[in-house]
Amino acid sequence: MSRGALYRFRLYVAGDAQNSAQAIANLEALCREHLPDRHTIEIVDVFRQPERALAESIFMTPTLVKLLPLPVRTIVGTLSQTQPVLHALGLGTLSV
Amino acid sequence: MKSFRTRVAKMSKAPTGITGFDEICGGGLPRGCTTLLVGGSGSGKTIFALQFAMHGAQYCKEPAIFVAFEETSKRVIANAESFGWKITALDPSKLFFLDAQPMPDLLHSGTFDLSGMLAALGAQIKKMGARRIVFDALDIVLALLPDEAARRREVYRLHDWLLERELTGLITCKASQEETNCVAQESFGFMQFMVDCAVILNHTVVQGVSQRNLRVQKYRGTSFDENQSPFVIGSRGIEVAVARTSARAHVSVTNERVSSGVERLDTMLGGGYYRGASVLITGFPGTAKTTLSGAFAAAACRRGERTMFVSCDSDGAEVVRNLASVDIGLDRYVKNGCLRMVSGRTIIGSAETFLVRIKTLATEHRARCIVIDPVSTLSSSGNELTAYGVAERLIDWSKAMGTTLVCTSLLDEVSSQAATSSPLQISKMADTWIHLNYLVQAGERNRGMSIIKSRGTAHSNQVRELILSDAGVTVTDTYTAGGEVLMGTLRWEKESAERGAKDMAEVAGRVKRVRLDAEEAELEVRLKALQVELEAKQVEKALLVTTTESREGVLLQGRSRMRELRGADTAIPRQK
Repeated sequence: MSRGALYRFRLYVAGDAQNSAQAIANLEALCREHLPDRHTIEIVDVFRQPERALAESIFMTPTLVKLLPLPVRTIVGTLSQTQPVLHALGLGTLSV
Repeated sequence: MKSFRTRVAKMSKAPTGITGFDEICGGGLPRGCTTLLVGGSGSGKTIFALQFAMHGAQYCKEPAIFVAFEETSKRVIANAESFGWKITALDPSKLFFLDAQPMPDLLHSGTFDLSGMLAALGAQIKKMGARRIVFDALDIVLALLPDEAARRREVYRLHDWLLERELTGLITCKASQEETNCVAQESFGFMQFMVDCAVILNHTVVQGVSQRNLRVQKYRGTSFDENQSPFVIGSRGIEVAVARTSARAHVSVTNERVSSGVERLDTMLGGGYYRGASVLITGFPGTAKTTLSGAFAAAACRRGERTMFVSCDSDGAEVVRNLASVDIGLDRYVKNGCLRMVSGRTIIGSAETFLVRIKTLATEHRARCIVIDPVSTLSSSGNELTAYGVAERLIDWSKAMGTTLVCTSLLDEVSSQAATSSPLQISKMADTWIHLNYLVQAGERNRGMSIIKSRGTAHSNQVRELILSDAGVTVTDTYTAGGEVLMGTLRWEKESAERGAKDMAEVAGRVKRVRLDAEEAELEVRLKALQVELEAKQVEKALLVTTTESREGVLLQGRSRMRELRGADTAIPRQK
């Protein structure tokens, strides 16, 4: 199954805000479908760790950062529009 | 500012350190509230915001955070250093820059909000105890939001967040020219209703001259100057021009007189100009306005007073040379540093810039006397609307500083019809107004000088002739003949005619005296002769009496002798 590289995601959320919860759900669904068993997700709550948001220049929530594979990509929002998100993550072709 | 804070406990103000702005709104921006700063591109929003943050951090013990959405903090700092603000030297725990420029390749998918940034800022605020925060170009982030509702929501979120922390917030927003005029514009219109204070910056170009204006559109809970105030971005940041009516209250009025540099003019003015007065010299080109103001400058330097001569028509060095030809030697004062010649042509830009430059230079030079020749330069094209205000503030400022100001003003051909209409209407504000004009008579052009007004001074009402020669500037009496003032050759002719007439009268007087002397002598002689004759007559008369008496005696004697001889009659006793 592991045809591709391992994906490392970091998702910055703002507590239990609705859009943040949505983003978590959307990301998990996306990974289940396209990247089963080859992804890790780190969730950072900016309310709990504000200094990380500051240090890592996160100004909007939710923000998804794809750390691996390179290049690093950043997507802002609830990740609800699947097609552009997949495209940005380099997964666009897989779904077709 | 501190005293202000304690006096008005309800409305606490956070001073911005921007010259003039704090006066407009009575101390600064509302402390613990949010202010919206709207303006077009290049209108000075970032500089304003930075000055506010800087001032708080440096002088008010209010650490500040500057959130840069548009320019990187590096560039903002570089700009600031050009104003001589030592930002890099400032402790980052006093003034913190947050780069929050959205990455150009940022992908949006679905809704998002600014909680992340606010959380991050929250941590930083706690860490440094920040009291002021600037969001520079918030419109950049708002533009990323998908719809109006989302924008509105985020702005409210930000506003609530600021209020909760009692931060003095300043949000800047871009707006095009039309939008700043029409405040109901959708994208930030609601922000203007939300915030406690809104300031609009305007940058327009009038006939090629850049004019900047600032207007406080609203300010809850305080009175403020509602008019547009011109401002300039000078070498030390923003300077807002305020018509300081209250500043005049501090003017210390003095009765001290300063010489105009022309002795007889001083006499005509009852001793000279008042110290701290504004003097206006109007006239057509070539009526010796510069010369008269030069004489004033020279007199000031002779007294050892530091003087600044702003010459807008010709170069400073030329003025010095030209004035030397009428024995006004400014050269040595320029050399010893007492006099500073400023060539006005080097001051480019609007009337406002001109004023700021003059103020700066005068302060640098510590000038007690200033000459501006001619001040009508202010109203050159593009500045017609602002020039009056600038001139007014120039006079206000010089009065507040106790500086004696001499301005010359050119009267152009159109207004020359009525000598009473001087451009800029400075004549209204000036304390002393001297008008120079040409009088053409008998094929000659002569310079006439009259004092149109001089407040608080008895002054001569006569038009006099101003004579320039290599011996200096003098004012002479003029003759009036048939209701006309005689000048130049006519005056000379009249003078010599009068001299001739006087000589004639003198000679005639002498002749008459001699004749009278002669007559007197003659009469005296006749008197003597008559006296002698009278004496002779008296002697003769006395003789006659004596003779008659003796004859009568003889006769009587003879008669009694005869009687005696006849012996028939008794002898008559002899008369004694």
